[in-house]
Amino acid sequence: MAKHTLSVLVEDVPGVLTRVASLFARRAFNIHSLAVGPTEIEGISRMTVVVDAEGDSLEQVTKQLNKLINVIKIVELLPETSVQRDHIMVKVRADAATRLQVTQAAELFRASVIDVAQDSLVIEATGNAGKIDALLAVLEPFGIREIVQAGTLAVGRGAKSMSDRALKTLSA
Amino acid sequence: MSNVTPANPASVAKSINRSKDAATAVSSVVEASNPVQGPNTIVAATKMTGSQAIVRSLEELGVKDVFGLPGGAILPTYDPLMDSTKINHILVRHEQGAGHAAQGYAMVSGEVGVCIATSGPGATNLVTALADANMDSVPMVAITGQVHSAFIGSDAFQEADIVGITMPITKHAFLVTDPEEIPRVMASAFYLAQTGRPGPVLVDITKDAQQGDMTFSWPPKVDLPGYRVVTKGHNKQLREAAKLIAGASRPVLYVGGGVIKANAHEELKAFAEFINAPVVTTLTARGAFPDSHTQHVGMPGMHGAVSAVTALQQADLLITLGARFDDRVTGVLSSFAPNAKVIHADIDPAEISKNRTADVPIVGSLDEIIPQLQEACTTRFEADPPQDLTSWWGLLNRLRETYPIGYTETHDGLSAPQNVIERIGALTGPEGVYVAGVGQHQMWAAQFVKYERPRSWLNSAGLGTMGYSVPAAMGAKVAQPDRVVWAIDGDGCFQMTNQELATCVINQIPIKVAIINNSSLGMVRQWQTLFYESRYSNTDLNTGHGTARVPDFVKLADAYGCVGLRCERDEDIDATIQQALAINDRPVVIDFVVSADSMVWPMVPSGVSNDQIQFAKGMTPEWEEED
Repeated sequence: MAKHTLSVLVEDVPGVLTRVASLFARRAFNIHSLAVGPTEIEGISRMTVVVDAEGDSLEQVTKQLNKLINVIKIVELLPETSVQRDHIMVKVRADAATRLQVTQAAELFRASVIDVAQDSLVIEATGNAGKIDALLAVLEPFGIREIVQAGTLAVGRGAKSMSDRALKTLSA
Repeated sequence: MSNVTPANPASVAKSINRSKDAATAVSSVVEASNPVQGPNTIVAATKMTGSQAIVRSLEELGVKDVFGLPGGAILPTYDPLMDSTKINHILVRHEQGAGHAAQGYAMVSGEVGVCIATSGPGATNLVTALADANMDSVPMVAITGQVHSAFIGSDAFQEADIVGITMPITKHAFLVTDPEEIPRVMASAFYLAQTGRPGPVLVDITKDAQQGDMTFSWPPKVDLPGYRVVTKGHNKQLREAAKLIAGASRPVLYVGGGVIKANAHEELKAFAEFINAPVVTTLTARGAFPDSHTQHVGMPGMHGAVSAVTALQQADLLITLGARFDDRVTGVLSSFAPNAKVIHADIDPAEISKNRTADVPIVGSLDEIIPQLQEACTTRFEADPPQDLTSWWGLLNRLRETYPIGYTETHDGLSAPQNVIERIGALTGPEGVYVAGVGQHQMWAAQFVKYERPRSWLNSAGLGTMGYSVPAAMGAKVAQPDRVVWAIDGDGCFQMTNQELATCVINQIPIKVAIINNSSLGMVRQWQTLFYESRYSNTDLNTGHGTARVPDFVKLADAYGCVGLRCERDEDIDATIQQALAINDRPVVIDFVVSADSMVWPMVPSGVSNDQIQFAKGMTPEWEEED
C-alpha cells in the first residue's frame, strides 16, 4: 500500500480530532502521522494526515470524511507538487570524548543542538523523511536514548492557498 | 404530506474574507434562504432559562409531538415542557421505545421525529434507535440531558459520553454547555436531520446549560461551513445517463428508499412510464412505485422475487435511484449484475461507487434528478430513439408468471404465516400503514402486503433491529392518527419492546399488533433448518401451540388494557382481522398461532451469487435463453 498525504481543513471545535481519527480507524486505515494546528483563519484548523491506502479505498475514506459536518475541505497533496517536512528531536549519548563527533554529524544535516548535558545532547532536525532517516542512521552508533517526532507537515507549492479555495467553494 | 424542503446549497453558503492582518478576523454571512425550519416567527430578545429555550426552540421549529422519559439530568427541561400547549409529550416506558417511535413518526410523515432522554442509561438506551435511523436515513433529533459540565469526565452518577458513543452512528452529535447556544444548536440539528441524506442528530445538553439564564431570540443563525448539499444533477452526467438509457436493451430501474425520502415517487412513476423500463423496489423502497403497476417486477435481494433478482442479474443497465447496493440486494458483489453498466443517482456522494463502481455518477436530490433525467432522455431520444424492450419484457413477464411469490401449505395443521399477513394486507388495504419487526414475518410482510403508496411500509432494514415494530407503529399512529396502523411482529421481536403497549393504552394510540407466532426465532430457525442440519440451538421460544405458552400473549394484552385475540385456525383469520379493524378505542393484540416450519422463499443463500436464487428448497429456476 502506498502512503498518501491528506490535508484536511476542519472547524476548530471539540471532538473534531476524534471524529476524523476514528473514521480512519473504522475503515481500518493505518494513520502514519497526524499533525493538527490552527491556520491563518480563526476558528479553522488544519490537519495533515499521512495514511496507507489504495486508490479506491482512499477515495471512499475521503468521501466519508467529507460527510463529517465539521470537515470543510480535503485535498491530497502529491509529493511532486507539495513540500513535506518531518520534525524530530533526538536525545543522543555524548560525553566529552564523543560530543564533538555528534555535533559535527548534526551540523552536516543542518540540525541544531538544543540541549547539552554531561553525557547527552538533544538534537533537533527538520527535513523530509529520507533526511531524518539518514540522520538517525548516523546518530545510532553513539546511542539514541529518546526520539520524539511530530506529524508530517505539508503544503502545496506555489501561490495558491488551500483555505482560500476551500472558502471560495463555500460562497460559490 | 411532508414539509421537507430540499436543501439549497446557497442556504449554507458563506462568504469569508481573509483579513490582511495575519491575526485574521473572519466575517461570515449566511446568504439566501434561512435554513431554520418552522414558521420562522421573529422572536425579539427574551430572557429565559436554557431549559425554557429548549422547549421554545422546539415550538418555534414547529414540533408537535415528542417521545421521551425524564430523569435527573433532563429534569429542568421537563418542567417548562409541562406548560407547553404546542408540544404533546408522550411518556414512553423505555427510551428505546421513544427512539423507534420518533423513527416511525418521521417515516410516515416526513417530518423530523423527536425523542428526549436523560443522561447515562437514558441516553444509551437510545443508541439502538439512533443506529437504526442512521442506517435507514431517518430524520430524527434526540435530546439528552448530560451531567453538570463541571462533572463531565469524573464518572459522575448517570454520566455517559453519549456524544462519543454516538459519533459513528449519527449524522452529527452536539454537546451544549452554554445556554446561549441552545437555539442555534437546536435549529442546526433539525436542519442537518432533514436535509441532504436525512439522519439522526443528537443534542446532548448539560444540566447547568439547562438551568442557566440566556437571552432567547428567533430565528437563530445556522452556520455550518462544512455542510453542503448538492440537489441538482450535473448536466454532463445527465446527458451521459440519457445516452446509456437510449442504448440499453435490458434496462432496470433499481429503486431504493431514497426515492421515498426525497418525495420523488410521482416523478419516478412518470419517468418509469416514459422509458418503459422494469422497476424493482428494495426493502426500504416498497411503496415507492405501486405494486399493482405492470412495470413493477418485484423486490430484489436475498428474499426477492425471481423476476426482480433476474432482472438485475441480466440487465445491461441499472438506473440506480437512491439505493446503495447493500449486500442483501447484491449477494456476492463480484457476480452481481455482471453485464450491467451502472447509473447511480444519490444525494450522498459517498454511496456512489462505494460497493459497485458507477459508470455515470449523479449526485443530487431525486425529486430534481428524476425530472432532469426525463428531460435529458426526451432530448436524446429525438436523435437516438431507445431500444425495443419487447424481448426483455417477454423474459421478465414469463418469470413473473412462472415464479410468482407464493407459499406452500403447512403440514402441522397450523396456519401458514404468509396467509395471515396476506389477509391483513388485503382486508386493510393500501391506505393502511404496515410496520414490521425483523425476521421471517418482516420478509413476508414485504412480500405479501401490496404497497401502493410511499410511507405505508416501515421496517428496520439496514440495522435489522428486533423490537422495532411496536414502538415504531406507535410513533406512526401518533403522526397519522386517522390511518390504520398495523405492527406486524414476531413472537421474538414483540417480547423485546412490548412494554410500549402501556404507552399506547394510556395515551390512546390504538395500534393493531399482529404477532406472527411461530413460537421461535423464525429466521434463525430457518437458517438452522437449511444450513445447520435442523439443529435448533436456542431458537425455541415456547410461545406457541402445544408449548408452555410463556408469555400468554392474550393475557399479556389483557394485562396492558389492550384487546387480546387469538387465532389458531385458517377459517378464523378473516373474522379476527375484521374484529381488530372494528376496534378503534384501544390497541388490539392478535396472537396468530402459525406453523414454525414455514420458510421465506425465494432465497439466495448467503455467500453465493444471485444466479443461485432458490424459489423453494433446492429448487433453482431454469433459466430461459432470451428470444
